[in-house]
Amino acid sequence: MEQLTIEQGNKTPYINFSENGTLELKGKSIPENSIEFYRPVYAWLDEYALNPKNKTSVLVQLEYFNTSSSKCLLDIFRKLEPLQKNSKSEVTITWLYEEEDEDMMEAGEDYQTIVKLPFVIQKISQ
Amino acid sequence: MPDIYKLYKDLERDEIILSFKGDITQDLLSSVFNIMETRLENGAQKPQLKKKFYHILIECLQNLYHHNEMMSEEESEALNEEAGSAIFLIGRGENNSFRIITGNFILNSSSEDLKTKIDKVNGMNAEELRAYYLDKLNTTQLTEKGGAGLGVIDIARKSGHKIDYHFNKVSDKFSFFSLAVTVK
Repeated sequence: MEQLTIEQGNKTPYINFSENGTLELKGKSIPENSIEFYRPVYAWLDEYALNPKNKTSVLVQLEYFNTSSSKCLLDIFRKLEPLQKNSKSEVTITWLYEEEDEDMMEAGEDYQTIVKLPFVIQKISQ
Repeated sequence: MPDIYKLYKDLERDEIILSFKGDITQDLLSSVFNIMETRLENGAQKPQLKKKFYHILIECLQNLYHHNEMMSEEESEALNEEAGSAIFLIGRGENNSFRIITGNFILNSSSEDLKTKIDKVNGMNAEELRAYYLDKLNTTQLTEKGGAGLGVIDIARKSGHKIDYHFNKVSDKFSFFSLAVTVK
């Protein structure tokens, strides 16, 4: 399986999903049509889920995301839940937010509430 | 000749930073977001307020982009032919606040649903809005073009203020819907 790297766009985030189990998502996610953008990400996760590493570390460091992307982020987490549930991989979501960005901290807590995966919500140290 | 000087003075008086009337496309929104981001970098407001405003601006303008997705093709065509495009104004308000105003045509048949939706979120406190948002996030399906139907809830939640709105009935079929949000 190959690494998935998507460079940051005007409205889309930097994605770097490695077959070693480190999944990074950084920047802005504000495309009008988020499904189109996230389709290859879903496909990669589906393949990864067939043969995951013992540990899967997801790093989310977003500056902005729109409601269209909020649904796609949830779908990403949903694809990882069964790995944790079936003890195929130990999944951790690290949710980073900039100092004083309470809205982004709360957004992390929102997902923590509805997603059955361990979350680490952390301020970015300067 | 239309009185452009009057239009200019009105925009100046209302402290409008940017205004647009026409079709809302992805390219247009990219440009507007870029312009506003640069403007905000140079603005005197607190970083937190700038961020909140930018977030709400994205939702408000993408709402305009997505608004006709729930219509049938026929309804959507009729809307484009008979009614027309959209308008938005981005301005400064009192005490360093921002104001976002949008206007677009909607079917009379959907205006009641929209009104009910906004009244519902306007009547909720922060905790209730969070619960409602999470419930919808969990259950909603994206439209083909990526609309989540969460915009109004998100706008109310992030702004912390009631959403102002108005409907002008323009024909048997259409109303002009205006929405105003204050961010402070």
